Amino acid sequence: MILGGSLVGGALVVGYTATHPMAVAGALLSGGGVDPEPSAFGPYIRVAPDGAVTVVNRQQELGQGIHAGMAAMIAEELDADWSRVTVVTARSNFRAYGPQASVGSRSISTNWDLMRTAGAAARAMFVGAAAQRWQVPPRLLAVRDGVVSHQSSSRSATFAELLTDAARQTPPQRPTLKSVSDYRLIGTERVRRKDSAPKSTGAQIYTQDVRQPDLLIAMVAHSPRLGGKPARYDPSDARKVSGVVDVFAIETGVAVVAESTAAARRGRDALRVEWDDSAAERRSSPELVRYYHDLAAGRGDVSPSDFAMKGDAPETPFRGDVVEFAFDFPYLAHAPMETLDCVAAVRGWDVSITSGAHLPSIDQVQAALTARTIPGRVDLEVIPAGGSFGRRGVMSADYVVECVRIARRTNGRPVKMIWTREDEMMAGYFRPMSHHRLWVQMGDDGLPQRWRIHTVCQPLVPIGPNSQAIEGIDGSPYFATASTVDGKVFSPSFAVPPSFWRSVGHSHGGFVMEHVIDQLARRAGRDPAAYRRTFYERAGDKRRLALLDTLCRRAGWGEPLGGGWARGIAIHETYGTLVGQVAEVRLEHGRPRVRRVVAVADCGIAVAPDQIRAQMEGGIGFGLSAALFGAVTLRDGIVQQTNFDSYPVVRMSDMPAVETHIMPSADRPTGMGEPGVPPIAPAIANALLALTGHPTRSLPII
Amino acid sequence: MPYEIVVNGRAHTVEEDGQTPLLWILRDMLHLTGTKYGCGIAQCGACTVHVDGQAMRSCSLPLEAAVGSQIVTIEAVAGVEADAVRAAWVERDVPQCGFCQSGQIMSAVALLRLIPAPTDDDIDQAMSGNICRCATYNRIRAAIHDAARTVSA
Repeated sequence: MILGGSLVGGALVVGYTATHPMAVAGALLSGGGVDPEPSAFGPYIRVAPDGAVTVVNRQQELGQGIHAGMAAMIAEELDADWSRVTVVTARSNFRAYGPQASVGSRSISTNWDLMRTAGAAARAMFVGAAAQRWQVPPRLLAVRDGVVSHQSSSRSATFAELLTDAARQTPPQRPTLKSVSDYRLIGTERVRRKDSAPKSTGAQIYTQDVRQPDLLIAMVAHSPRLGGKPARYDPSDARKVSGVVDVFAIETGVAVVAESTAAARRGRDALRVEWDDSAAERRSSPELVRYYHDLAAGRGDVSPSDFAMKGDAPETPFRGDVVEFAFDFPYLAHAPMETLDCVAAVRGWDVSITSGAHLPSIDQVQAALTARTIPGRVDLEVIPAGGSFGRRGVMSADYVVECVRIARRTNGRPVKMIWTREDEMMAGYFRPMSHHRLWVQMGDDGLPQRWRIHTVCQPLVPIGPNSQAIEGIDGSPYFATASTVDGKVFSPSFAVPPSFWRSVGHSHGGFVMEHVIDQLARRAGRDPAAYRRTFYERAGDKRRLALLDTLCRRAGWGEPLGGGWARGIAIHETYGTLVGQVAEVRLEHGRPRVRRVVAVADCGIAVAPDQIRAQMEGGIGFGLSAALFGAVTLRDGIVQQTNFDSYPVVRMSDMPAVETHIMPSADRPTGMGEPGVPPIAPAIANALLALTGHPTRSLPII
Repeated sequence: MPYEIVVNGRAHTVEEDGQTPLLWILRDMLHLTGTKYGCGIAQCGACTVHVDGQAMRSCSLPLEAAVGSQIVTIEAVAGVEADAVRAAWVERDVPQCGFCQSGQIMSAVALLRLIPAPTDDDIDQAMSGNICRCATYNRIRAAIHDAARTVSA
């Protein structure tokens, strides 16, 4: 449906996309991609002849509910009928949408102005059309649920009735936005998911479900040892398998291409591959842990980068009452329910891909490099993913690249590549293992005077400082009483591939700070909540003080529990969102059981309250898996966990009750995809500290 | 050799190796893609279907073992329990990524047919084979209780 107005005119409605320097650079870099369906209301809003609104989401729906949040921001300002708003995911197109990626829990915050402005501009076009038709000033018109009305003359018209005229209006560059007090949708329980029905009937199509004419299925035999490459392989038995079409080596393994998934699997099982382990990792996890400890002690082969977070970093040794801490964290798998998969076809210069992408812009560029074409000739159709937690958002776009490499060899036939669960667990990427060593010089008042931190963690990004290694430590409120905070980051690089994992460095840095502070409180004979208050007061941090008070009140902090239960508290800020959690824990047969978590979030204006609660519940469950069981370990460079039998995750009976409270706020909204994860592990460790007196020095706990 | 299986009330003749997991017959040959692959070893439950009314993992059920049984998938599961479960799932916005939910729903429907008013312990047991990495467990539990109330009303 074309309503008049060009894509460029539409894109101009929302300022940022076509005129921002980033967009210009991106257009030069990428040449765009397949253009969005033209719409007079810009690339984010389409209005059908019957008045139904389609929101085109430049973010990716990975389960975090961003379809609902993006649609709500537009529908609020557009005053659309929420029941007639649907959402689709945008194809990858830098020219129309700017950089597309869902990272750092930033989808809501980075689109807050953009989506509201797009909605308000479209609203102004409908108002303008009605004003002209009725010859009344626009300011006397009201819009509600997709109907424009003029009260004094009792005239009204629906978006459908105004559509043709509205599409001819010039979009305003700076439409007036509502004030928060006028919101009718944002922040209400009416903001619900748009995809619950298809996800409750089996109708939702994921990459695994994509059907195309002539579609081939591919599986890849990967090196069991991380970093290994195929040296020699014997394809004869695999080729004999009925339904196998081709067998060939690619950079990361040996691909078996077949007419069906079962045939691809049988073909792969019949393959014999010899691996070249010359660049492979050969160490086992205990050796790696010792290596990390040596590095942190200055006895290794990696030169650190020094940092001074507060004051000058004096070389003078710590004096007096010095407390030392050491923590070890393991590699973790992401283990989304949908294993990695991708559909790709390569025909001449053109590449077409369908994927539950997490970083579409990166995937588009990497696919182009792989196919030796320009990014503008790569059409990436983005569909919902069956989870990601960071795994589908790897900078190397490893699984997209692998699929395109295969698709270059199938004479234009499209290929669906499917990784088995074993592939997903054993081939990486992983949340990197890390080691933190801390020295804290204590004053007579029971408060820290100096902090020194040594961190060992593989870098996640090949260039720039390894800032992810000390996320959650850098900027800690517990540095408020100290005169100096300094340390070193050691960034070893080797063949085990590390990447982003839901909450990234906060998944270990948050644990370090929140568990250390409880141990210091215990040492000082102070209540952990009261001890935290001291730091927040010293820093004048009203936001944390308010959250702490709410959390303690809601959790019944200090009230007796009985029955062997104890409470543990943790409060941590992740990507701008502050989350506090109190976990109720007891030991059953020597293992911690968590029965209830009271959680409080301060994420600015709550756009989609029910999705904030959903992400808190999900973040706690995800963090609980890591806290209790999560560990990927190596033996001779081979991952020992292969599937959910050896990599246990939280199941129904492990899941605690979760009560989520949202702090009222007039601040700009921040995200919820990740911030629910970091506090749960230290909250449990702090409860165990209260129960047993023993600190937790490494994860997982069990 | 050809095998005849009955899926969602219709007979299908399938030319495949008898050891092929039913999951891939459903997905690749019958195009019933609501049933998902998640682990392949009956650990995660994303592939759950009903075999003669019982919740079973289709990734670990060979084609030849499915002959002679009534197979029902998420696309066709019907009846008061199924309707109540699906409605409760939508009402509570249970899904996040949604990938496991077909299997969760098939397990929940089988549970309610067996135990119309399940306790939390019943739910823990019946749903223990279904993993949700988004951890929507609390909403699943609440939705099962909701559906039980609908069925008994």
